[in-house]
Amino acid sequence: MSAPTLVDYAEVLERFDPVLGLEVHVELNTQTKMFCGCSTTFGAEPNTQVCPVCLGLPGALPVVNRSGVESAIRIGLALNCTIAPWGRFARKNYFYPDMPKNFQTSQYDEPIAVNGFLDVPLDDGSVFRVEIERAHMEEDTGKSLHVGGATGRIHGAEYSLLDYNRAGVPLIEIVTKPIVGTGERAPEVARAYVTALRDLLRALGVSDVRMDQGSLRCDANVSLMPKGAGEFGTRTETKNVNSLRSVERAVRYEMTRQAGVLLAGERVVQETRHFDESTGSTSAGRTKETAEDYRYFPEPDLVPIAPPAEWVEELRATLPELPWERRRRIQQEWGLTDPELRDLVNAGALELIEATVAAGAPAGEARSWWVSYLTQQANARGVELAGLPITPAQVARVIELVASGALSNKLARQVVDGVLAGEGEPDDVVAARGLAVVSDDTALLAAVDEALAAQPDIAEKIRGGKVQAAGAIVGAVMKATKGQADAKRVRELVIERVAQ
Amino acid sequence: MSDDLTTMTAADLAASIHSREVSAVEVAQAHLDRIAAVDGEVHAFLHVAADAALASATMVDESLAAGTAPASPLAGVPLALKDVFTTIDMPTTAGSKILDGWRPPYDATVAARLRSAGITILGKTNMDEFAMGSSTEHSAFGPTRNPWDTSRVPGGSGGGSAAALAAFEAPLAIGTDTGGSIRQPAAFTGTVGAKPTYGGVSRYGLIACASSLDQGGPCARTVLDAALLHEVIAGYDPMDSTSIDEPVPAVVEAARRGAGGDLSGLRVGVVREMSGEGYQPGVRASFEDALRQLEKLGAELVEVSCPHFEYGLAAYYLILPSEVSSNLARFDAMRYGLRVENGASAEEVMAATREAGFGAEVKRRVILGTYALSSGYWDAYYGQAQKVRTLISRDFAAAFEQADVLVSPTTPTTAFTIGDKVDDPLAMYLNDLATIPTNLAGTAAISVPSGLADGLPVGLQVMAPALGEARMYRVAAAYEAARNAEDGPLIDRVPSLEVSS
Amino acid sequence: MSAEPAAAHISREEVAHLARLSRLAVTDAELDVFAGQLEVILGAVARVGEVAADDIPPTSHAVPLQNVFRPDELRPGLTQEQALACAPAAEDGRFRVPRILGEEA
Repeated sequence: MSAPTLVDYAEVLERFDPVLGLEVHVELNTQTKMFCGCSTTFGAEPNTQVCPVCLGLPGALPVVNRSGVESAIRIGLALNCTIAPWGRFARKNYFYPDMPKNFQTSQYDEPIAVNGFLDVPLDDGSVFRVEIERAHMEEDTGKSLHVGGATGRIHGAEYSLLDYNRAGVPLIEIVTKPIVGTGERAPEVARAYVTALRDLLRALGVSDVRMDQGSLRCDANVSLMPKGAGEFGTRTETKNVNSLRSVERAVRYEMTRQAGVLLAGERVVQETRHFDESTGSTSAGRTKETAEDYRYFPEPDLVPIAPPAEWVEELRATLPELPWERRRRIQQEWGLTDPELRDLVNAGALELIEATVAAGAPAGEARSWWVSYLTQQANARGVELAGLPITPAQVARVIELVASGALSNKLARQVVDGVLAGEGEPDDVVAARGLAVVSDDTALLAAVDEALAAQPDIAEKIRGGKVQAAGAIVGAVMKATKGQADAKRVRELVIERVAQ
Repeated sequence: MSDDLTTMTAADLAASIHSREVSAVEVAQAHLDRIAAVDGEVHAFLHVAADAALASATMVDESLAAGTAPASPLAGVPLALKDVFTTIDMPTTAGSKILDGWRPPYDATVAARLRSAGITILGKTNMDEFAMGSSTEHSAFGPTRNPWDTSRVPGGSGGGSAAALAAFEAPLAIGTDTGGSIRQPAAFTGTVGAKPTYGGVSRYGLIACASSLDQGGPCARTVLDAALLHEVIAGYDPMDSTSIDEPVPAVVEAARRGAGGDLSGLRVGVVREMSGEGYQPGVRASFEDALRQLEKLGAELVEVSCPHFEYGLAAYYLILPSEVSSNLARFDAMRYGLRVENGASAEEVMAATREAGFGAEVKRRVILGTYALSSGYWDAYYGQAQKVRTLISRDFAAAFEQADVLVSPTTPTTAFTIGDKVDDPLAMYLNDLATIPTNLAGTAAISVPSGLADGLPVGLQVMAPALGEARMYRVAAAYEAARNAEDGPLIDRVPSLEVSS
Repeated sequence: MSAEPAAAHISREEVAHLARLSRLAVTDAELDVFAGQLEVILGAVARVGEVAADDIPPTSHAVPLQNVFRPDELRPGLTQEQALACAPAAEDGRFRVPRILGEEA
């Protein structure tokens, strides 16, 4: 296949209006799977979190996880959706080895939440409203490992190995209505929408929302409508968009690619496309026109869900302050400018800082730690800030130790390094690495005087110019302070004292 | 001696075992001997678990010897389990080559309840593949023969369970009923079989045929035995979302009360549409006799009309294949069961395995169901069938306003000859004419022997509303007692089978 | 008015397509037999179009239960060994299957 002709972005916008549709799959962080009692923990040994139900063994039956439904309803409410008073699961029938039953249990035409919206903050501080069509519950598939062939990818593999630990993990699929009127900001709106949704889901506490681990996945539908045309163009669905930046790049790429197709007088093929992170381009996958007929029908093994109004209201009462409301509040409380706030939000630092403040740290210190030293550490490790193995509570403790004078800033960084290296809580690191500073000279002087008095001969030697003899006094002081003193400072004090 | 033990009722066996006149091991051994002697001819069993059965019986004996009360009223009584329930200690095939040799890593809830009730599971019985069929000829492991006439079918899909009872290989059996698979074999073999209310018996571990229709239930030679078994296996199970969280109807008490013989004040509805055209004359005659008998017992006969029942068969043969096409998709050679390594890709191996592993009837229904659910046909077929289901439920609701139970012949004909209908699917499907409406509505029904027509057993079907099993057992027990008083138990007239040494 | 099925006719090609959808590698001989049989069966079951009108609600579940849930609590499942015990092939704790041609849906 020849390389696609890409059209200059400005020209795309002269000729076309982009239309977006975003489908986000979010894995819930329930303890157990959607329809059975197996663990959902990420990263376990293969096929150790399976049972007859999620392996699709003959005779096994599903039972709905109540927490999964509660999370779905809370997500629906937070997205300003109507909660369906009655709905059933359906079976989506197609054969695929990663799907144990060869059907996916999914809410098809009876989603639990419909017709909502999400107000998405854009970079310039304005807000773009994205209409939500639906949020529905379904189950995840297993994972395939393709063996043989050059790439480890599906094409050219000799055989595949299947792990069903993920099979049956609860998923919520959130689908937007067609997003129109974004113009040149289409890629930014797409990224901002997924960002806002991620922040919302994190605030709700319903998911780990880790794009890198697949607990938040985005499919981007893109089409172009010639200026002045009343009808949408043919869309493509780009999958495998696994970071916020990729969402933006994938949309932009598809816009320039589709424009090339249309301007050449050809038609866009309705198909699934795959995004390649390394090249920033998309490539053709399955053609949707020849796609299977999924033969949906109501799942007879599960009974309808009809959430009573009181239950929905109880859940509504558990909704946290929404992220954008919280941001405004924090901006005022911390006295941040718009750009400062935006930087914090973009770095994913806001929630972390807030949690650090909530754990007792002053806002300025908390902010400083997360945006400077910890951001450097995250960049060095190639992870998102939230992916660092340190908690806001631990950062708050380090800040507290510095404030009390027990740690210098330099030592504090070493303590943080220790926490990041998995050496335990800050206090554990302080003890194990002997990092604490006894900075109270009065206390130290008392110990120095005591040591000098106990060993007058050594005091004499030091006085006589044998400065290296001070080591014995320093050692005695360190012993007396249980290693908590700064040895360098003790040495200084010893010399000073003897010289007096 | 062993002859006596195998012809006793489960209730009598239990009494003898619990009073320690006879040991559970002796009872199990007598039945294992009988199986060894006649099953070559009958082929009711796909797997006989002699060692496990004796071990289980030994535990019952030891527990009784230690003075412990029996685990259930049926502790120590042997039972034949339809091979559609998973068992951790026995292979489970659902009558299909695609599961040949499969050892489930878990017990079905029904199997677990039988075990904790101290019931001795003798083995697993033959069935039409994945419970699809009305003759047991669609088993991948060869047909079961009817002990009344071994050139004939025992009905299906649970022909193995019913034949095991009629051949005195077991006093109790478990079946499953999707469109009549317990009741039709009961009628064909002169035994009793009950289809409980949908949700009354857990389906966890029951290999699905059609999930919205399947229901496990008891099979026995007497109504009381069926009731005793019903109470062991029924009841709420949190592992089955469609399980009803209500007390189990007191069917044992109802059966005992019914055997007293008084049905005065009870209204028995005769469904106008369920005895005319398509019903064999001998079957009709037996049904007329049964109606007279019920009247003599004091019941008031009322004629009711269920005008949509005639559409039941059509709706059933759309809903069932649709669900089957999805339920059987999991048999794909990837995780368990047969794998035919006939192709380079997973897709090819799946198709080759399913082609080799499924029999003709299964393939027919999978294709039919795939068709009925296809986007172009969904509304006309599957969608319409679901509406007919509503109409049939409404017919039942209206009829139960006028009557406490409804009655009909269980089947349009008596047992037919092996090979007669195997190549004519539609003729085979007509067997389920009278039993299907109950499955579509999720209500309960029982088949009880009503005599012979041309030397072959006929069944009377008693239908009850959802959770109305007590009335159904009461009527069935009263009728059974009256018929036995007049004519002797039908089961006593089973020709004796040639016993191989 | 409710949908009336067209006079049931099912071609050999249609059966072949359905068999592919159902992952059944049916033989030519089976195609002939099934096409004939399915046509007869469909002719009979098409009767469902005769009665049920638009105002009749469909029934998917015979017993009207709703809101049946399980608490979000761990239950012991199978060990890796148990899970793989019946697998036609396994490797490194995983089910081994022939190469997969199609892509995920």
